[in-house]
Amino acid sequence: MRKVKEFIIEKLILICGLASIFFVGLIFLFLLKEGLSVFNIVTPLDFLFGKSWYPISDPAQLGILPLILGSLLVTLGAAVISIPIGIGCAIYIAEIAPARIKEVLKAGIELLAAIPSVVLGFIGMITLVPFVKNCFHLPTGLTALSGSIMLAFMAMPTIVSIAEDALYSVPKTYKEGALALGATHWQTIWRVMLPAASSGLLAAIMLGIGRVIGETMAVMMITGNAAVMPNTILEPIRTLTATIAAEMGEAVVGSEHYFALFAIGIVLFIISFAINVTADLFLHRKQ
Amino acid sequence: MKKIETKNLKLWYGKFQALKSVNSAFTANRITAIIGPSGCGKSTLLRVFNRMNDLIEGIRTEGEVVIDNENILDSKTDLVVLRKKVGMVFQRPNPFPLSIYENIVFGEKIHVDHVSKESLDEIVERSLKDVLLWDELKDRLKEPALRLSLEQKQRLCIARLIAVKPDVLLMDEPCSTLDPQSTSRVEELMRELKNKYTIIIVTHNMQQAARVSDDTGFMLLGELIEFGQTHNIFTAPKDKRTEDYITGRYG
Repeated sequence: MRKVKEFIIEKLILICGLASIFFVGLIFLFLLKEGLSVFNIVTPLDFLFGKSWYPISDPAQLGILPLILGSLLVTLGAAVISIPIGIGCAIYIAEIAPARIKEVLKAGIELLAAIPSVVLGFIGMITLVPFVKNCFHLPTGLTALSGSIMLAFMAMPTIVSIAEDALYSVPKTYKEGALALGATHWQTIWRVMLPAASSGLLAAIMLGIGRVIGETMAVMMITGNAAVMPNTILEPIRTLTATIAAEMGEAVVGSEHYFALFAIGIVLFIISFAINVTADLFLHRKQ
Repeated sequence: MKKIETKNLKLWYGKFQALKSVNSAFTANRITAIIGPSGCGKSTLLRVFNRMNDLIEGIRTEGEVVIDNENILDSKTDLVVLRKKVGMVFQRPNPFPLSIYENIVFGEKIHVDHVSKESLDEIVERSLKDVLLWDELKDRLKEPALRLSLEQKQRLCIARLIAVKPDVLLMDEPCSTLDPQSTSRVEELMRELKNKYTIIIVTHNMQQAARVSDDTGFMLLGELIEFGQTHNIFTAPKDKRTEDYITGRYG
């Protein structure tokens, strides 16, 4: 009797384990099936590098280059802002902060991670967008820059917590060795701890960027959603994610527009997958 | 010549007193061994000399430690200058995860602002020759130091240290992770280095102390029980506790 029970439980756990893989597989298959149909209408090259996205004009123009560039521009901006601040924050928490400040900071960062992105987007719309508008004397504050700043806040918790772990896992003996040679605290951090933690730090950055690229709500609310080729970071742009979210509701099921949105999904999937795999490689790289 | 002198040195980790009124004098160009059972405070004493104990929270010291006529326990002591002068080799070899070359020039790079490539090359060659690694490693300088054998790593750590031209070498059980042959080669290296440096070695290995040192101090429960020439300590200890320890009654 006990054996039967054991057997059943074991198999149930096995099914739970396989279920997640199964669902991922299903999702991917569905995405491919719906998305690849778009290539009956446009060639992959025209799709990826076409400069016009007018999915409902006749004939539809389905070039997603403006969207790709929009996503990249916002992400790049967010990376430029969040990487130095995030890594700096991690260094401060791991190495410099006194115990009490450390606890407060860590709690604060967890809180930042817990804010729903729509709330952040909303706050950004009310505060950041007018600020950017006034600051640069722009006709509108709904720009790539606003999106970048907002997304930097979202990437920060990921970057800080993983980078901090990476710094903690640097063997104490490295630090002692450097200090014993007369290195200052900063020289020890800069010349020994950061290189020693480099793979973990890179993983932190990649995962932070992964978070940014997949983000939808906040960018949709504050980047202006203009599907045009971006020239500067002070213009409205539109990202891949926002395009899907904004247009899926109005696209007719089975239309070329509908298929194109799925194809955008595939592109996003590939980008996030590549970023996660790279992060994973860094995380598991052993000296 | 007295290089390091401790006067009434007391040290507490929180409430626990790890050093009880240690009075000692370490002579230049000699190897002094500090022996004693584990937990007796010998590593703690060693780490007072370059203030490595400062890294531990809740530590408190009293008394004086005079190196070259300066009390290094003074709060005004410049730790960078002190640690440049008083270098340390650790129990586990701890080369940085950098190349062999970068490990050796690390000290020069942090202490001097603009150094020419030539003078760095020269430092690498001289330091590696001093620890008898040059012939083995001269074609592998760009390789990661972590790829070396344990003995090579420990020698590299010694080379990295003498590259900053210290006066004093503190060695905290430098051979405890090495096999017997490597140990005897590192001991030989220590004998060669003593002409230029004041060496203090902490070891739980009495044979090693007897083989390599000129002076020996025996510590027990935070006290320095006996201090004198190694020969005398091992053949005619004055204190009963020293005798019990070196004859293997405890430890």
